[in-house]
Amino acid sequence: MHFAAPLALASGAVLRDYDLAYETYGTLDAARSNAVLVCHALNASHHVAGTYAGVQKSEGWWDNLVGPGKPLDTERFFVIGVNNPGSCFGSTGPTSPNPDPAAHGRAYGSDFPVVTVEDWVDAQARLMDALGIERLAAVIGGSLGGMQALAWSLRYPERLRLCVAVASAPNLSAQNIAFNEVARRAIVTDPDFHGGHYAEHGVVPKRGLTVARMIGHITYLSDDSMEAKFGRDLQRAAFGYSTQEIEFQIESYLRHQGDKFSEYFDANTYLLITRALDYFDPARAHGGDLTATFAAARCRFQIVSFTTDWRFAPQRSREIVKALVDNRRDVSYAEIDAPHGHDAFLLEDPRYHGVLRACFDRLAIEAGASASRSAHPHPARSLEGAGSSQ
Amino acid sequence: MSDRKDIELVAELVPHGSRVLDLGCGDGELLALLARERGCSGYGIEIADDNVLACHQRGVNVIQLNLEEGLALFDDKSFDVVLQLDTLQHLRNTEKMLRETARVGRIGIVSFPNFAHWPNRLHVAFGRMPVTRVLPYEWYDTPNIRVGTYADFEILARKDGLRILDAFGIQAGRVVRTLPNLLASVAVFKFQAGA
Repeated sequence: MHFAAPLALASGAVLRDYDLAYETYGTLDAARSNAVLVCHALNASHHVAGTYAGVQKSEGWWDNLVGPGKPLDTERFFVIGVNNPGSCFGSTGPTSPNPDPAAHGRAYGSDFPVVTVEDWVDAQARLMDALGIERLAAVIGGSLGGMQALAWSLRYPERLRLCVAVASAPNLSAQNIAFNEVARRAIVTDPDFHGGHYAEHGVVPKRGLTVARMIGHITYLSDDSMEAKFGRDLQRAAFGYSTQEIEFQIESYLRHQGDKFSEYFDANTYLLITRALDYFDPARAHGGDLTATFAAARCRFQIVSFTTDWRFAPQRSREIVKALVDNRRDVSYAEIDAPHGHDAFLLEDPRYHGVLRACFDRLAIEAGASASRSAHPHPARSLEGAGSSQ
Repeated sequence: MSDRKDIELVAELVPHGSRVLDLGCGDGELLALLARERGCSGYGIEIADDNVLACHQRGVNVIQLNLEEGLALFDDKSFDVVLQLDTLQHLRNTEKMLRETARVGRIGIVSFPNFAHWPNRLHVAFGRMPVTRVLPYEWYDTPNIRVGTYADFEILARKDGLRILDAFGIQAGRVVRTLPNLLASVAVFKFQAGA
């Protein structure tokens, strides 16, 4: 969908006009009360659920959660996935043409303005306006997506009934920012980066993107899950005594993940999205006081964390819970003892999905969501969007 | 305390409209009852996954936490009533949790199996640990790592400077106020932090 009115960004820059790629699943009821917005994290897109006809492996990135009869049931809820501006799956981003006359129709590249979680939420709110949805039944997201859900509860407190933040945090720790910085340095120091205008040179900083993805991927897994999956297993029967060749299976796995990622993901988008993660800190405007921050919230909250997630540890979710309890908000918190680390939020765990199913069942009653049928995705443009994400 | 009647007897101790924290809330039955019939609000604390799920299914606000880690999440006197029903006998930090209960709540209510109920005394007199309806476990597999009596709790409350507002036993769904330490299988105390 095209938006002609400019979007003022936190940085002071303005996005003159922009497209937002989105998909919807299910049917909006007559009262427009059953809409649920799903926010994506680092590398995902608006393609949340379902598959594209005739396209292999085209399941949406949260297809195990969203769909007919699934915990977020598209037979009851009207689910919306939207690609955030600055991303690279159809919404306006660094690969889009720069409207500035001085750019002579070239892509934005690294001239795309820095965007924040709050900027995304503002863009999403405009999409809701355009879809005629005054109040969402829920906003849900994991990780960076959870940050967007939290930002909704603070920025548009009257526009949602329920905020679901899974494996999220009120801000990034120094260690988290450090990982992001390593990833960014890998990209910008790639000789093919060309100051972010690699498209003009007909190249892509694939090596940097690959390394960025490799380091990211390590942090999404737990030590135990990596040990269980790979251990010290070798590629061949014996050591090859090489420093360059792949010796251990974990190396092969990481390189494969990195290579695959560098085929479809835009480097400038990676820089922008990791920066949005770094900047997110709603308590900053309240002197770091998270309780004072959440005084603005009105909705009910469902917070979920995973015990083995060391990138967005349970302690960070508990900080959010404490701030909500201090403000006497309705909140439930599940701390799922799953072995998969941060990636657990994308996986199917009966306890995790059981909690979310119960949570949405309750929401359906509260929101009076109609049990309307018809649940076919309306595919918008899409590239590969599945996979683990931050 | 899973008995319906016992739960109702405890619910009657909770003032209408109270803000309640239920430590070890189980499947959330009491909180649901308090919300429905006494206009109360608040949260349950549970550690067990199946109970956390059951609370979600009941629509009760639940926070999954290990009580052994204390109640750092909650400010002083942030609840009208803190409930600790059929829970303290499972805790290693029984005394600390009692103090935490008195810190966080204006009123605390605890219940636990009274080890001095006369059938238990008989069991012990005959040289065996009691196995009864309220204490249904063998000594080697019981989750009740603290076995105390009605009278023991009075002494602990005094030691920790708790003021007992009300106390009684429950036996077979009835309140016992005469010789509760002898005649009741469940002890109930309502208290607040010292004078």
